[in-house]
Amino acid sequence: MTLLIEAIDVTRYYGKHCVVNAISFTLTTGQVLGFLGPNGAGKTTTMQMLTGNLAPSSGTIKINGFDSVKQAIPAKQSLGYLPDTPPLYKDLTVIEYLRYCGKLHHIPADQLSKAVSYTLERCGLVDVQQRLIANLSKGLQQRVGIAQAILHSPKLIILDEPTVGLDPLQITEIRTLIRELGQDHGIILSTHRLSEVQEVCSHVQIIDKGTLLLNQRIDELNQFIEVSCIQIRTQQPADLNQVTQIPGVDTVTTISAQVFQVHYRLPTNPTAELTELIRSQGWELLELTPVKKSMEDIFIELIQEHQS
Amino acid sequence: MNALIIAEREFKTLFVAPLAWIVLAVLEALAAFMFLTQVEKFMRLQKTLALIDNAPGLTDIIVLPLYGNVGILLLLATPLLTMGVIASERRYKTLCLLLSAPISSADIILGKFLTSWGLLLVLLLLLTLMPLSLLLGGSLDMGKLVSNCLALALLSAAFTATGIYFSTLSSHPVAAAISSFGLLLLLWILDWTSSFSDEPSPILTYLSLLKHFQHLQTGLLSSMDVIFFLLYTGLFLFLSIRHLDKLRKHP
Repeated sequence: MTLLIEAIDVTRYYGKHCVVNAISFTLTTGQVLGFLGPNGAGKTTTMQMLTGNLAPSSGTIKINGFDSVKQAIPAKQSLGYLPDTPPLYKDLTVIEYLRYCGKLHHIPADQLSKAVSYTLERCGLVDVQQRLIANLSKGLQQRVGIAQAILHSPKLIILDEPTVGLDPLQITEIRTLIRELGQDHGIILSTHRLSEVQEVCSHVQIIDKGTLLLNQRIDELNQFIEVSCIQIRTQQPADLNQVTQIPGVDTVTTISAQVFQVHYRLPTNPTAELTELIRSQGWELLELTPVKKSMEDIFIELIQEHQS
Repeated sequence: MNALIIAEREFKTLFVAPLAWIVLAVLEALAAFMFLTQVEKFMRLQKTLALIDNAPGLTDIIVLPLYGNVGILLLLATPLLTMGVIASERRYKTLCLLLSAPISSADIILGKFLTSWGLLLVLLLLLTLMPLSLLLGGSLDMGKLVSNCLALALLSAAFTATGIYFSTLSSHPVAAAISSFGLLLLLWILDWTSSFSDEPSPILTYLSLLKHFQHLQTGLLSSMDVIFFLLYTGLFLFLSIRHLDKLRKHP
């Protein structure tokens, strides 16, 4: 396992305004890190600093062991970057553009054609390779942007909102591609879509106002957000006082006469006692659904907590 | 060699788009008109010249004014050609591709410089064909012609470097064009005072682009003038590289 990113206390000011405040984290090969945060949280600024487009005001970033400011060129050699606006020369054809990007990243001349055709295929651009980039749809342009970032098979791929402007089918394709790439590359992607993080990422970071609020593995997070609430529908109105008596139950909320929700603390699970009670009281259980807390809830909770 | 990758790609793109062709066509047409006027003038003067000892030759009457006028044309055209090199890349956010590629700021600036200067050299090449055509019916002072070509090549390098520097300063191409045109024109007319003052300021005379250009035009290949142009070009390229580096710190 190589440490692809080692960021220590990275801070960035625009004038007096602090955009990124002492963020520290690491990334290794095989990790797909999702960067989450509301608009203006500092996601793009952090990515610009990681890719050497912007120097940090203080703190250090090491990319694949090289300092991003002092050893910028070797650091960038192992990096592929898709900025929030894809950097496309509109007057080139797709293939001309990709060949140029390959040369800029020092792909040897004898491997260039192979790398370009492999990437065209991977990003589904084979049919449009001879077309001018200016004439492509936004979704296709976005894919050319992704192709540019993975062309030289960099160890670290940084994608700023890679699925913006794509239709649902293309989004699924790109997510599959990211998952595939994640096996032997390190990837960072930023997004507003929380479902995307749940689907493709192995790690998640939530930032707001330049501060890192959460940095966790997705499976740990899933555990944390797993069922802590069940919704019950009975034929007869239930006596909620009795339900509250069950050990482990936190609160009970009424939704309607026959429907109520039981909140409980993990790891206790009062489902067995609950069904037993309903059966013995003759309320007749009609429906028992676990209410899953989504990542949206956690996200909003964390942001609200931070802002208050 | 990274600079060459950039220069090669941009030079090709220049000629795929109509821009380069229009620039070449318009400037070449203007130069051709100037050339023909000078030829006409020579024809009229020919009889008088034959009576004078040590009279100015074909080269002096045609090549010198032609190259001098093209110099002024370039003073107008170069800022327009170079205004976008960095400024529009910043505007359309394509600069990011170059900044995140494993190449230095010097490579980027040099690549851009070679592209724009290359286009002006093509123009110079086409221009030189005009006086060369006179060889069909007359003889030219080849030494003078070569030094005129050199003068114009050095002058256009200096113009290009200035234009590129102002293009890195601003993300607005027109602002870049106006600024570089302003500075170039100022440096061009800097020694106007020398014509009516008894003791012209040596600094102003030294800084005047026109003076150095005219010296070289006379066929006097002085290393002082060549070095002046090289230093001037180098200085502005250096400043551009510095500024591009600074952009990463304070965009």
